[in-house]
Amino acid sequence: MSNDKMVYGIFNDDQVLLKAIRSIRQKGHHVADVISPYPIHGMDEAIGLKRTRISICCFLYGATGTSLALLMMWYMNIFDWPMDIGGKPSFALYKNLPAFIPVLFESTVLCAAHGMVITFFLRSKILPGVEPKIIDPRQSDDHMVMAIKAKAGHPISEYKTMLMSEGAVEFKE
Amino acid sequence: MHAESDLRLPLILGDKSIHQITEDVCRPVEAKANKYWWMCFIVAFALFIWWVIAVSYTVGTGLGVWGLNKTVGWAWDITNFVWWVGIGHAGTLISAILLLFRQKWRLSINRAAEAMTIFAVICAASFIVSHMGRPWVAYWPIPLANQFGSIWVNFNSPLVWDVFAISTYFSVSLVFWYSGLIPDFAAIRDRALVSGHKTRHFWYTIFSFGWVGSAKNWQRFEEVSLVLAGISTPLVLSVHSVVSMDFATSLVPGWHTTIFPPYFVAGAIFSGFAMVQTLMIITRKVLNLEDYITIYHIDMMNRIILITGSIVGIAYITEFFIAWYSGVEYEAYAFINRATGPYWWAYWSMMTCNVITPQLFWSKRLRESVIFTFIISIFVNIGMWFERFVIIVTSLHRDYVPSSWAMYSPTWVEVGIFIGSIGLFFTCYLLFVRFCPVIALSELKTIVSTSSSQAKKAAKHHHEAEETTVH
Repeated sequence: MSNDKMVYGIFNDDQVLLKAIRSIRQKGHHVADVISPYPIHGMDEAIGLKRTRISICCFLYGATGTSLALLMMWYMNIFDWPMDIGGKPSFALYKNLPAFIPVLFESTVLCAAHGMVITFFLRSKILPGVEPKIIDPRQSDDHMVMAIKAKAGHPISEYKTMLMSEGAVEFKE
Repeated sequence: MHAESDLRLPLILGDKSIHQITEDVCRPVEAKANKYWWMCFIVAFALFIWWVIAVSYTVGTGLGVWGLNKTVGWAWDITNFVWWVGIGHAGTLISAILLLFRQKWRLSINRAAEAMTIFAVICAASFIVSHMGRPWVAYWPIPLANQFGSIWVNFNSPLVWDVFAISTYFSVSLVFWYSGLIPDFAAIRDRALVSGHKTRHFWYTIFSFGWVGSAKNWQRFEEVSLVLAGISTPLVLSVHSVVSMDFATSLVPGWHTTIFPPYFVAGAIFSGFAMVQTLMIITRKVLNLEDYITIYHIDMMNRIILITGSIVGIAYITEFFIAWYSGVEYEAYAFINRATGPYWWAYWSMMTCNVITPQLFWSKRLRESVIFTFIISIFVNIGMWFERFVIIVTSLHRDYVPSSWAMYSPTWVEVGIFIGSIGLFFTCYLLFVRFCPVIALSELKTIVSTSSSQAKKAAKHHHEAEETTVH
């Protein structure tokens, strides 16, 4: 990283961009990142991103929510202080389980959703107060930025020629 | 590139470029509010003040200021609660269920509909808190260790299920909505950087959480949206089912019915879409978004109103049939009393507004008429309010013991809280349109290459060119 420098090609068409990424990667360059105003279909595969594991996290948070809710209801209504309200006693977990389903479900969803979103925010480092890295303000409007890690000792002008010939509308370093 | 049939109508009219879409959607946030906005806001805020006064009076004096009595212990409060929660359901249906079904027309309306969900649930929750009479002990349904003996909340009770359902629904909807807003706040932030609006840039930097649309961020963003949609779908269906169980698990004739959960969910989506129509028809006009919220969008929503309205109609008739077929005297009486008893006018208002008027939407011409849709949407809103009033008040006012029979009429305080809650809702909504992009900007941009008017023209052109080569 130390000697490496980032160069940026700015594009205004997602299809041109996808094509450019494929051909630049074939030439052996490393496309570090692509910043776009909207999700582009096929980008993950084009720049070789691994599938995100965030949905696995979501499942685990959900399972945690179910277990905690079950533990809570068992402790409060069955173990600690069983009550008989309206002829519906709370004396055994398996007998009360049907009545516990709504809360089990809601807790599952609560933990799964919030756990996943918090993980997303932390992993992607999006939190209030974070300073955004803006290469070009149009990156959230209608332009896309391709970031390439320039190899040490490689002339920058060569990157510029390559990016412009692949359809970039501007070049930045 | 994903191709789409040119037979499908375009979802973005006026040959908009992506930059033009950014301009159009950000304009209401960046420009000064016009006089229509101020007019609406002043009315809504005045009603909101009325709400504050009526709620304060209730809390300060006690529930005796309402028209409730020993027999009718639930009336306008719970009617309004169920009405508002129901309205909220359309937002989640649009953003979650229509996402799973890959309905692209949701993209122009999902943001505003989700905002509507959040504000509607806030209004609903306010009725729960105010009907407790002592809102300072509103935390009692939460399972906390306490000093009243080691008694915990009763998890067999649907009222406790409701606490979990509504709070989960509210917080998950809020997070779903906000995570979708982040990239759009970032767009406003970057525009403020260029135009040099320091204050706006400062605030939107905070609200956008430092979002940059890198490939990994978008990948996670899409996965999070999809999974949230997947878990919000059963959530939204569960919420109104649980609300209906507040009634269905009791032994009151007219409430004790197994049909309630699906019937309530269909009714919720029905009333919610009516409210979305009411809001969208005003929003597209006031904010000049007719190219994004098109007649096609209005038509699609009217179809859902037609379908869910028909489900609701069948549910009403089924209830009546079962009341007779069950052979339970009390049940049969409850239903005959609804239609012909002292509250017959409420029952027939409900029937007219919910069963008859939406059937007019079988006509394509009426479905595509903006004025007609607006009128019907108001009818449905009124009808669905009466549905809850009929279920709650007519079932309660004839007790098992005839000496307990009673009538109910609201006081100005209850009317004030209800009208005021509409003010609260619109105050929130109007502030939303000033500070947030009303259309999901970044998501809408994904369909420009396939579903915009220029893409359709290009596809048609291409299609015709192919035909000529073949022949």
